[in-house]
Amino acid sequence: MHGVNNMTIPMRKFDTLVIGAGGGGLRAALQLAQADANVAVVSKVFPTRSHTVAAQGGMNAALANVLPDNWHWHMYDTVKGGDFLGDQDAIEYMCHAAPRLVVELEHIGVPFSRLDNGKIYQRPFGGQSQNFGGAQAARTCAAADRTGHAILHALYQQNIRAKTHFFDEYFAIDLIKDDEGYILGALVLEIETGEPLIIQAKTTLIATGGAGQLFRTNTNARINTGDGMAMALRAGIPLQDMEFFQFHPTGIAGKGMLISEAVRGEGGYLINGNGERFMERYAPNAKDLASRDVVSRAVATEIHEGRGCGANKDHILLKVDHLGADVIRKRLPGIRDMVMTFLHIDPIDAPIPIFPTAHYTMGGIPTNRFGQVVVPQQQGAEEPVPGLYAVGECACVSVHGANRLGGNSLLDIVVFGRAAGNHIIDYLKENRYSRIASQHSIDAALTHLARWERRGEGETVDGLRNELKAVMDHYCGVFRTEDVLRVGLEKVLQIEQRLQNVYLKDHSKIFNTARIEAFELENLVDLALATVASALARKESRGAHMRIDYPQRDDVKWLKHSLFFKGGALDYKPVRMKPLTVEGFSPKPRVY
Amino acid sequence: MRFSIYRYNPETDAAPTMQTMELAGADVTPDMMLLEALRLLKAQDESLTFRHSCGEGVCGSDAMNINGRNGLACTTPLVDLKQPITIRPLPGMPVIRDLVVDLSQFYHQYRSIKPYLVVHDPEPEMEYLQTPQERDKLDGLYECILCGCCSTACPSFWWNPDKFRGPAALLQAYRFIADSRDQATAERLDALEGPYRLFRCHTVMNCVDVCPKGLNPTKAIGQIKKIMLKHLI
Repeated sequence: MHGVNNMTIPMRKFDTLVIGAGGGGLRAALQLAQADANVAVVSKVFPTRSHTVAAQGGMNAALANVLPDNWHWHMYDTVKGGDFLGDQDAIEYMCHAAPRLVVELEHIGVPFSRLDNGKIYQRPFGGQSQNFGGAQAARTCAAADRTGHAILHALYQQNIRAKTHFFDEYFAIDLIKDDEGYILGALVLEIETGEPLIIQAKTTLIATGGAGQLFRTNTNARINTGDGMAMALRAGIPLQDMEFFQFHPTGIAGKGMLISEAVRGEGGYLINGNGERFMERYAPNAKDLASRDVVSRAVATEIHEGRGCGANKDHILLKVDHLGADVIRKRLPGIRDMVMTFLHIDPIDAPIPIFPTAHYTMGGIPTNRFGQVVVPQQQGAEEPVPGLYAVGECACVSVHGANRLGGNSLLDIVVFGRAAGNHIIDYLKENRYSRIASQHSIDAALTHLARWERRGEGETVDGLRNELKAVMDHYCGVFRTEDVLRVGLEKVLQIEQRLQNVYLKDHSKIFNTARIEAFELENLVDLALATVASALARKESRGAHMRIDYPQRDDVKWLKHSLFFKGGALDYKPVRMKPLTVEGFSPKPRVY
Repeated sequence: MRFSIYRYNPETDAAPTMQTMELAGADVTPDMMLLEALRLLKAQDESLTFRHSCGEGVCGSDAMNINGRNGLACTTPLVDLKQPITIRPLPGMPVIRDLVVDLSQFYHQYRSIKPYLVVHDPEPEMEYLQTPQERDKLDGLYECILCGCCSTACPSFWWNPDKFRGPAALLQAYRFIADSRDQATAERLDALEGPYRLFRCHTVMNCVDVCPKGLNPTKAIGQIKKIMLKHLI
């Protein structure tokens, strides 16, 4: 029946389909368009609305414009920051490529802030050191505190110049493939008309970003619902390291908007209810610029132990007024605007109330350093999924390991966006002819598309989504235990069941955002299961995954990546400890 | 709290209507932004349609006309608004549904000004050097979020959306003219000549009034006019 239906669905053909128009997708698209590949970018929002736009503090690269630096130190900091779970070949590749890629962004117009000598301004950020754990480094290249905005707009502008083909406000439903498992594009939905479209492509790149909407209080945009990760799960691909979710130490208390690490990089610091600069106790050397997992736990601990600020002792204060009006106006103008808008206080005069807030998905679709999606085969070795790539927050390459360093996310997306673009160009040279998608695969996608046509009385998308997010906040937060995670898993499984009983009231076709939100909720439920199940299984504490019942890192049993499959099965694979050209960094105690 | 909201679904409605919607006082907190209220209203009636994403004024999705003035729902505090809060789509643009407008023409004008850095010289291995003073000239220009508040508040853009570039596009034109690294000033000025593209700006200054990022397109347009005059002489 769907086979007949399928005949009426329009189809477009491209060399490459890029799903997602944030920095990762746009950097890859640019590489492809400049190589004369026929590339389509599908995005559920107009490209400059993608969440890259909200990145504030900057992008790491060992330019050494302010303090001595080299990429090897950057590599060490990234390995250590990720609590030794990152793959060191990919980390070496990223840190080595970083200076070149920052310069490239500058050449295409990114308005970086400047030093007196005319070079790109760099600021200190958390977890950065000179000489493998020595003095604080200044490695984060910044355009004031609007670096993501500056980079995203410049990349979009260059894609305009390169005449990339954009499908703005199209929502990707599912990947399509042939019987041999080659990924051949996706079924997408044009939001404005409600009409489906099959975009066939020889290669497909997923660049759909993270899943911060799993949590009630988060720093993320509403669109961050992990659609590409969930699509990969449905296509039989496991998700890697989903238990590692970053809580940013400084979200605006009770609201969630991000207050960039740049504030501490410029000299701001945290104080508790006693006025004490408490980070000195948790990280004697790095203090407020320890890595994010360390600072988040410290903030949560201070509040938990009754040393919070305010009448309810429920937040911590980020002190900035001592920086002076000039620094705040010049280096942190966006933060100042936001604090004035949402808190009605001027950080020039008063400290900012903060609380650890869900921020970044370290886990995601497993890839190698070329952006190819890789899955385990029968014999244990992993193989690329032909035609499928993933980059950015939706991917797990894994450069961030168990905890991402601030400033490495913008770097990740441009480095691996470019790498994936280059690999795709090679793949296209060797795969000149289009394959035919299997009817079964198209039918499955169409069945999924029709899911929300069902009519009836039941629960609402909004109600179930609120419950899911509350469950994730309560049962899968900064501190975790077996008992709490078990209850959390049970609750998410119940929500998965209840999803069958959710119906839409609005069945109209034109710009039906209720339907898009329903698809997004399905995706979130799958990712919640992946996150809680992976967290329950990992019986150690590493990076952002803190188990009170297993407080130590356990390199004997757990120096390995988790793989979660749809349906609940878990598998593991080794961490790639061997870099490309330098000696690997062996796990050692992580102190800041 | 009472709202009067523009509703139009082309599949079912012959014409747009203004619908009264209400939020219980208990649901409204003192520091709530309009976007949160709209989300609560959508929970009551999921067919209410509007764009939104970042919730903090950087993505530019939720521009709309609020009590007669263009702004972003996510950075507009409810307490400042007189009731019933009247919400309409951005003026002058074709309406797709409810508060969602077709911004094709707005984006077309943006693309038309060639919004990208053009450098003819060979690229150095390192960054182009730019003094802090040169970089300062980009402040107030590059921060544009393409929300469309300004251009859709501009009478000149209403009358000639196909010919007049509009304040948002012209702000970006000046952003590249003002960039010490850009080498296409002459081409950029040539492309803005004629009676419409640039010169339809009559300094009504609605754009300055509504810009949610506090930018000043009128000033940028004035700068372009000044440079163009020099260029012509």
